[in-house]
Amino acid sequence: MTATAASGTAAGGAAAATSSGAARAAQRGGAQWIMAALAMLFCTLARINLDSFGGIPWIMGGVGLVLLVAAMALFARGESRADRLASPILFGLMVIWLWEMLVVGLHVPFVILPPPSKIVEAIIGNLPILWIDFQQTYLHSVLAGYAIGCGAGFLMALAIDRSPFLQRGLTPMGQLISAMPIIGVAPIMVMWFGFGWPSKAAVVVLMTVFPMLVNTRAGLASSEAMERDLMRTYAAGYWQTLLRLRLPAAMPMIFNALKLNSTLALIGAVVAEFFGTPTRGMGFRISTEAARMNLDIVWATITVAAVAGSVSFAAIAAVERLVTFWHPSLRSGEKA
Amino acid sequence: MSESAVRKATGRILPIPTVVLVILIAWYAGAVWLNAPQAEALMDPDQPHGFWTLAQACWSMDRPVLPAPDQIVSALIDSVFGYPLSSPRNLLLQAGYTAEAAGVGLLVGLAFGVALAIGIIHVRTLDRSVMPWVIASQTIPILAIAPMLVVALGVMGITGLTPKAAIVAYLTFFPVTVGMVKGFRTPDPLQLDLMRTYSAGRGTVFAKLRWPASMAFLFPSLKVAVALAVTGAIVAEMPTGAQVGLGARLLAGSYYGQTMMMWSALIMASLLAVFGLLLVFVSERLLILRRGGRL
Repeated sequence: MTATAASGTAAGGAAAATSSGAARAAQRGGAQWIMAALAMLFCTLARINLDSFGGIPWIMGGVGLVLLVAAMALFARGESRADRLASPILFGLMVIWLWEMLVVGLHVPFVILPPPSKIVEAIIGNLPILWIDFQQTYLHSVLAGYAIGCGAGFLMALAIDRSPFLQRGLTPMGQLISAMPIIGVAPIMVMWFGFGWPSKAAVVVLMTVFPMLVNTRAGLASSEAMERDLMRTYAAGYWQTLLRLRLPAAMPMIFNALKLNSTLALIGAVVAEFFGTPTRGMGFRISTEAARMNLDIVWATITVAAVAGSVSFAAIAAVERLVTFWHPSLRSGEKA
Repeated sequence: MSESAVRKATGRILPIPTVVLVILIAWYAGAVWLNAPQAEALMDPDQPHGFWTLAQACWSMDRPVLPAPDQIVSALIDSVFGYPLSSPRNLLLQAGYTAEAAGVGLLVGLAFGVALAIGIIHVRTLDRSVMPWVIASQTIPILAIAPMLVVALGVMGITGLTPKAAIVAYLTFFPVTVGMVKGFRTPDPLQLDLMRTYSAGRGTVFAKLRWPASMAFLFPSLKVAVALAVTGAIVAEMPTGAQVGLGARLLAGSYYGQTMMMWSALIMASLLAVFGLLLVFVSERLLILRRGGRL
């Protein structure tokens, strides 16, 4: 990491000082973009002609693949923002392309793995159903459960903060329960709260509350004795110390829990729907369509879930960057 | 032992039993509260009954909304010792199936995670192109894929352990990869420079410096992975006609309204997770002992 940062600043200085270094960098930059473009051209042609010309598309695909990997290796050496974005994007495209080529080219049965093109078709063809499922699972169960679970965990952590006795008793319990397969309570929650979304929200609450409790506790304990002493010299009371020092110091841990919980919440809601649900919801769609061998709709639903999960994760990460801008892991030196 | 030491020890130990006791009392009270409507309906309406008889009825129902803790314990003991080990009604046998899937999957995930971490720290292209996807793969609700994977592999004629272990492996590789990448990178430049002065190659640096240093990161990752493994194995047993394992018992209990079956399967799964954590904990202690007191 330090080496990266150093070479990054060195590159910045070199661009101003010597024109030859900049020119060489530009030259190399050109080569990798041309290679990536050529690779994509070859790969696309290989896919289009897959059914017609026998072995030729496979040779083209092979050339495309070699070019793609070479471009990725070149991008990996670069330090600019575009270089850093390009390698993972190319890798993702490569995986999807390989999936498409192998599934179509080797005639893998549709029930085992549908090609990406069919999944995209299924997404476009079933947008209304996918939207209804998304509403049921994400907008109702996940959001409600996530808000209640994280809120309750946070408040519980604050409540036990003043009592060392409760801390010693509840923290190990919280850690133990976090390690348990809480998802197993799903059938019990369905029995208690019925088939609608409240039972799914209840599972989400149970899954998210303990990670939040444990992380907030650890975060509140993370301010140092020196810092707390300083607050005391300012004659700051409990609440002032909490608001000005300990809560801000706890934010990295709290956001850790928020990010972890965003994934757990979606898993909890989807799995809880396997145990009974009105005839909508992502978990319902996945389990019924998988049983009917309509795997393209299953994959379409999973794509929606993946996008929803990634977008919520990215949103939380963006808020985290705003709130914990002071944290070493986010300061400019390491951010590049 | 001095008085303050005694007080310190009780101050550390006392809170946990107290909290457990409070939870138990709340549980019994909750069982009365939740089961009372049903229990009252079952009782003879002409016979007057006091609160105590009602409470006792609530704590000994066949299909309670919330079973009392002692009911769960006796159901658990009954399902473990009441049937021969070969009977499918024996919960220990079912837990064995789940533990097998979780264990095999965890080992595969561990091997794959460590291999990927070794690749990532040594090959820059892998670091830049794969690492973002390793992290992105966790924002996907992976468990949602479980039923589909089971169906898909079932079509290919692969049933039983393999699909379950595959799901567990997919779930567990992530914490291992992330932890080990961090662990392999903990040696500071000074230590790496020292290895260079010995003219040590990449392999030697890895074996003598990076691998030992990474152990402090392996065990926390493993603890997370164990919890994920049990969860993954149970969910993998739920979909479409799974017959064995704790997940299948949970699903069957939910279909037939057998409350005690669900609760005992749930408690058994928790015990399994705790047992796995204990194994990790013990191996960590052993390694610490072998290394002379620190990791």
